[in-house]
Amino acid sequence: MSEVHLAVENVAIGFGGVKALDGVSLAVRKGSITSIIGPNGAGKTSLINCISGRYIPQQGRILFEGRDITRMPPARRAELRIARTFQNIALFKHMTVLENLMVGRHALMRSGLLACGLWWGPARREEIEHRKAVEEIIDFLEIAHVRRKPVGMLPYGLQKRVELGRALALEPRLLLLDEPMAGMNAEEKEDMVRFILDINQERGVTCVLIEHDMGVVMDISDWVVVLDFGRKIGEGTPDEVRRNPDVIRAYLGDKDLAAV
Amino acid sequence: MVSAEQLDTLPKRLQAMARKYGRSRVALREKEYGIWQEYTWQDYLDHVRDFCLGLVSLGFRRGDKIAIVGDNRPEWVIAELAAQSAGGTSVGIYQDSLAKEMAYVIDHSDAVIVVVEDQEQVDKILEVRDLIPKVRHLIYYDPKGLRTYTDPWLLYFPRVLEMGREYGRQHPGLFEEMVAAGDGEDTAIICYTSGTTGNPKGAMLSHRNLLAMGDTIQTVDPLTPDDDFLSFLPLAWIGEQMTALAMHLSIGFTVNFPEEPDTVQENMREIGPHVMFSPPRIYEDMVTRVQVKIQDAGWLKRKLWEFFQPIGLRVADARFAHKPVPLTDRLLYALGEFLVFSAIKDHLGLARLKRAYTGGAPLGPDVFRFYHALGVNLKQIYGQTEIVGIAVLHRDDDIRFHTVGTPLPGGEMAISPEGEILLRSRAVFQGYYKMPEESAKTLAGGWLHTGDAGYIEEESGQLVVIDRLKDVMRLSTGEIFSPNFLENKLKFSPYIKEAVAVGNGRTHVVAMINIDLQSVGHWAEGQGIPYTTYQDLSQKGPVIDLIAGEIARVNADLPEAARIRSFVILHKELDADDEELTRTRKLRRGFVYQKYAPVIEGLYNRAKEIPVQSRVRYRDGRETVIETVLQVRELLPVPGQSEESEQPEPRAAGGGGVG
Repeated sequence: MSEVHLAVENVAIGFGGVKALDGVSLAVRKGSITSIIGPNGAGKTSLINCISGRYIPQQGRILFEGRDITRMPPARRAELRIARTFQNIALFKHMTVLENLMVGRHALMRSGLLACGLWWGPARREEIEHRKAVEEIIDFLEIAHVRRKPVGMLPYGLQKRVELGRALALEPRLLLLDEPMAGMNAEEKEDMVRFILDINQERGVTCVLIEHDMGVVMDISDWVVVLDFGRKIGEGTPDEVRRNPDVIRAYLGDKDLAAV
Repeated sequence: MVSAEQLDTLPKRLQAMARKYGRSRVALREKEYGIWQEYTWQDYLDHVRDFCLGLVSLGFRRGDKIAIVGDNRPEWVIAELAAQSAGGTSVGIYQDSLAKEMAYVIDHSDAVIVVVEDQEQVDKILEVRDLIPKVRHLIYYDPKGLRTYTDPWLLYFPRVLEMGREYGRQHPGLFEEMVAAGDGEDTAIICYTSGTTGNPKGAMLSHRNLLAMGDTIQTVDPLTPDDDFLSFLPLAWIGEQMTALAMHLSIGFTVNFPEEPDTVQENMREIGPHVMFSPPRIYEDMVTRVQVKIQDAGWLKRKLWEFFQPIGLRVADARFAHKPVPLTDRLLYALGEFLVFSAIKDHLGLARLKRAYTGGAPLGPDVFRFYHALGVNLKQIYGQTEIVGIAVLHRDDDIRFHTVGTPLPGGEMAISPEGEILLRSRAVFQGYYKMPEESAKTLAGGWLHTGDAGYIEEESGQLVVIDRLKDVMRLSTGEIFSPNFLENKLKFSPYIKEAVAVGNGRTHVVAMINIDLQSVGHWAEGQGIPYTTYQDLSQKGPVIDLIAGEIARVNADLPEAARIRSFVILHKELDADDEELTRTRKLRRGFVYQKYAPVIEGLYNRAKEIPVQSRVRYRDGRETVIETVLQVRELLPVPGQSEESEQPEPRAAGGGGVG
């Protein structure tokens, strides 16, 4: 677990006068669950967007497995097996669960347009292989009963699960999870936590997690990074963060801290 | 060819099937990764052999017990037959049992090996490990989430198969010797009955018992090896043991296992089984589903249904009464079948069904007529765990709603002077495990004492079951009524999920209702009635009006004395976890009467509103207290003293023809 999987070095990005990220550096260890916490507007999602390639930082660099990906387009990052989920679900709502997951495999498909169109020989074999991988994800996430339902018709909690499935379809080495538990009830949260732990432990996927539920963060994270106004104000193991006076002042507050 | 008499154990039958069909026929099918994966008879036998030898290598010996918990999967029946091949006994446990309930059965049955499905069950068993000291190993077959469990007590199913193959190489011929040593009188399974009172009792059933049942029913209701069966009810239940094991090995049809418990409806449609056996609840749920769907359907579909369903009912009624069906009705019915009925049957997965059995509790006549109107051959059976599920059943040409038919060939029935139904056949069990007194009482005089009240109808010679002997009730006026009968009538309404009728020793009958959250919720949305939770919805005025209307309709068909005078809608759903229902979702009446005594008192005191406080226990063991007020609704005048004395003559009130 000692190897650095993802390194963010002195990254800054601003929108007009607002500094969303102001020289943030952090290291995500391979095989860890690293959580990014902070109050609203702290720059958490901006950081994920820089890592996944939606934003290009104005300063600093991002290294994934030792390679500089700072200016790499998102599609290339997907090929490096960096996958993400979104805070607001971004699925193809009119497509079925199965189709959404198959889209997730797109970056891994090798057959050309013509071969795929004819669906013959290698292209067909390839599709069967991808379908098999997708079926394993469906089994893993326990969504077999909605396999052929359009995603838009599913309840919110299940949609969140499908989105996680689509990210998994990429067979990620790094998984970026932007508030996977937002808006869920206790039972759905518990399921989601179990899935994230299984993804991390059984599939060995490095996870970067943004989450507001402090109970969850403190329970499952190996490392916690705290942002406030675009700056890193602390990091450490959950215990260390809990005791860090700067963090307490900026974010947790005395009462909340006692609760966790 | 060896005669059926010589093939006196289930494993011997499996061997014979594998010899006969080898790899040419499918024994089991399970949907996994979206595809129906097949096990031929040879595959089935190979797996059973390997697992059996694996168990033996772990020290499993003749006479030992294995406990199995899990959803319906091939591994379940493989583990079961493997234990039986080694001369052992299998004990099925309901997968949604609480940990302490599991521990009781595992320990009481002296199981030395426990086979479970997944992490959920492993965690439950680990939690009660101290209570089950006789268990030597815990075997699981779904490894998800279990990678970090390193306890050597735990074994992965395929690992045991591998150990078995290795052991087989060292001991060639051992499996065949063990199977040959098996005897028809060996106990094949111990089936713990859900027990409406006290601890569950373990009914011991021999191979001969199970096969007697499987072989005999074939002579009445033949099936072929080409047929399909979908196994989706708990395998710990006798009905599923009877079909997926005894009938399966007796006849050789294919047993299909659904992908997940959530996909049963879909899988049912894909398979289109030829036979099914379910408690009434499953059939009632299907009726509700159809009724809700039809309300949602377009104008044309609804009109077609409204036009053809009465014709279906008319034809079904004529057939029940053995009257000729007029030609016009026959033609219209054929048209209805083409336009409506076949499509509905296809949706429900009933298109290829040769026959469907219902048993375990009475099924309302309305539900019966509903299926026969569709052209589904639904038959009532009567039996219990102690006689391998089915002992008495309707013959295809003689179906009456209030009867349960006549005994299977070779079986006998009688009524004791107290009105108790007595049965005798080769399927009658060996007794309750480690309960000699109970066993002697149940088997006194060479008859199985069923504990049910009933009589034999003179006209047809068919058995009529009234109710459990202890559940037939009497009003203070002396009139008898069967609460089950009323409850079933009520539950036919798509809006009523559960009902509890009360009236024993009282002047009149009252009821407590559980609404069906799905259909009432849907109805409320249509009416623009906002609601938050079940509790909130249940006390809305319009919802109470809706239910009052449903009860009034039921009342119209009832004798005066059995009519429901007032009711409340309960603030919570009755639940097996709160011990209000059994695991097969039968009402635990005594417990419910006691638990809701204040509500019942309120109803009889003619309160307008009843405050309640109740404890709810969640799956994770937490408890909360719900406080709310229940609205009472009176439907009919409550009889006073004077009215009572005007009707001195005791009279039957419901209960399928009592008196």
